[in-house]
Amino acid sequence: MLVGHQPKEFLLAVEALTVSFDGFKAVNDLSFYVDENEIRVIIGPNGAGKTTVLDLICGKTKATSGSIQFRGKELTRMKENEIVKTGVGRKFQNPSIYDDLTVFENLEISYPRGRSVFGALTFTRDAAVRDRVHEVAEMIFLKDRLNVNADLLSHGQKQWLEIGMLLIQDPDLLMLDEPVAGMSVSERAKTAELLNRIIKNRSVLVIEHDMKFVEDIAHKITVLHQGQILSEGTMEKVKNDPKVIEVYLGH
Amino acid sequence: MTDNRFFNRSEFIGILVLAVFLVVVLPLTLDVFRLNLVAKYLTYAFVALGLVICWGYGGILSLGQGVFFGLGGYCMAMFLKLEASSVENTKIQSTPGIPDFMDWNQITALPFFWKPFNSLTFTVAAIVLVPGIFAWIIGTAMFKRRVGGTYFAIITQAVAAILTILIVGQQGYTGGINGMTDLRTLKGWDIRPDHAKVVLYFFEVGCLFVCIMIAQFVRHAKLGRILVAMREKEDRVRFSGYSVANFKIFAFCIAAVFAAIGGAMFALNVGFMSPSFVGIVPSIEMVIYTAVGGRLSILGAIYGTLLVNFAKTSLSETFPELWLFGLGGLFIAVVLAFPNGLAGIWGDYVQPRIDRLVSSRKSQPAGWTDSSVADGAPAE
Repeated sequence: MLVGHQPKEFLLAVEALTVSFDGFKAVNDLSFYVDENEIRVIIGPNGAGKTTVLDLICGKTKATSGSIQFRGKELTRMKENEIVKTGVGRKFQNPSIYDDLTVFENLEISYPRGRSVFGALTFTRDAAVRDRVHEVAEMIFLKDRLNVNADLLSHGQKQWLEIGMLLIQDPDLLMLDEPVAGMSVSERAKTAELLNRIIKNRSVLVIEHDMKFVEDIAHKITVLHQGQILSEGTMEKVKNDPKVIEVYLGH
Repeated sequence: MTDNRFFNRSEFIGILVLAVFLVVVLPLTLDVFRLNLVAKYLTYAFVALGLVICWGYGGILSLGQGVFFGLGGYCMAMFLKLEASSVENTKIQSTPGIPDFMDWNQITALPFFWKPFNSLTFTVAAIVLVPGIFAWIIGTAMFKRRVGGTYFAIITQAVAAILTILIVGQQGYTGGINGMTDLRTLKGWDIRPDHAKVVLYFFEVGCLFVCIMIAQFVRHAKLGRILVAMREKEDRVRFSGYSVANFKIFAFCIAAVFAAIGGAMFALNVGFMSPSFVGIVPSIEMVIYTAVGGRLSILGAIYGTLLVNFAKTSLSETFPELWLFGLGGLFIAVVLAFPNGLAGIWGDYVQPRIDRLVSSRKSQPAGWTDSSVADGAPAE
């Protein structure tokens, strides 16, 4: 941190982030800041580097240069599971759940206790775990499906289950990659309702293509194009930005 | 007596049936020679048990379990060999008091790494620790670098090949291709006569049940479900805050330790140890036992091991040339037709009929069903 200069405390500060795959810069000198309790939506055409940004934050991809500060901690040097422990949760684009386990077990594994080998051996399914699992299951509309194997869920339910698995971790920053892709209209509305309910006391970073959905939830929008920021601001500002209209919204 | 941290009701019945089969039925019906053969087969059941945890649950296919079987077996054999090589027994050698094969190879003093094997306590510790630490080193080197799947399987094969070459090449220290033979006594107690074979059989079955209980405990702990989760969606587990590598290392180590206990039992029950149980071919055979029994079933793996070995013995007695083709065919049949092996056939065809029979006779509601799928019902 610069001496004599006290910037506002951001939850997440991404600065000069660059990642290069064999010379191709998927993310190029990217900087953005996310406030506490903010819902930030990242939009942009295919190949803009949206998913790569989430991969970089959660540690799936290692940055070539630049920094990612989360509550003052440098994430680029941490392992994936350590990043999770500092309070970052990530939902993948395709529902990433455990098909051979029940909904209950899926949620239980995500419960933030007993994450070491020894802890997992001695973990007991006590009242605290059961209550929390039931509470989250109710939130994600799967209360009566707890003992069903996850591969029997519909696509939309699988998406909710993965969101539930993140909720049970209680992260300070929740990152969602296209949470409503492939959902029916009614499922989409329910998901928007769900997201609006779970954002209390946490920040959310969402990648989404569905502009109606984006408009419903976003506080602030970042438009990415070729690994760089094209525009940033409120929906109103972004929607009327001629550059954005040209590369993304215009067609 | 029903659900606890080790087994649920149907598993408890399964374990009881296996116990009756191994402790009562087999000793009463087989002569000592055949019972000793069963003891030999059961040493592989330890390996199969480890593979259920490591491969079936964790999805880590190791084609080098013979390495750990061998390490455990050699640790035990070294102790027994030293006891058999007392100065009185070896006074015709040019250097009395060292194992015969060392004398044949012009070695005149006991090598330093042999000396601790004079102690039974050290030997027992070494049987568990040597393979455990070795597996931990391999596991750390591989899994921390995210080497997995086929690459890992190939590397374990390479390790098996290397260890065989090492043992064969260093014959002054290891007994070479012949292995360690002429093992006689354990703390002065002769392990060769028939009554000793029977005692050792029961001791082995006891150890097997301890290992079964450990495997059941691991399976029913959250760790067992994490292994399943990891097998399916490794990244999801990682981004739920778990260090995937550590869990893989644990599964691999526990499989290695089980295999090593099996190896030590082999040295005791069969009375020798040789590199032919270390290399690539025995390692693959051990995987086949697990596959035939059902890689997701702890008890299935034990029945699979017994069945394949019985078939091997009886077929290779009558048609020695055909046996290997039979084994290969069996493996292909299991993979293509019965991916969950004997346990899968049992769970799909036999168990439902038994359940129907039981429920129609007692006309009780079919409340409890087959729980081969990890028991996920919240206890309420």
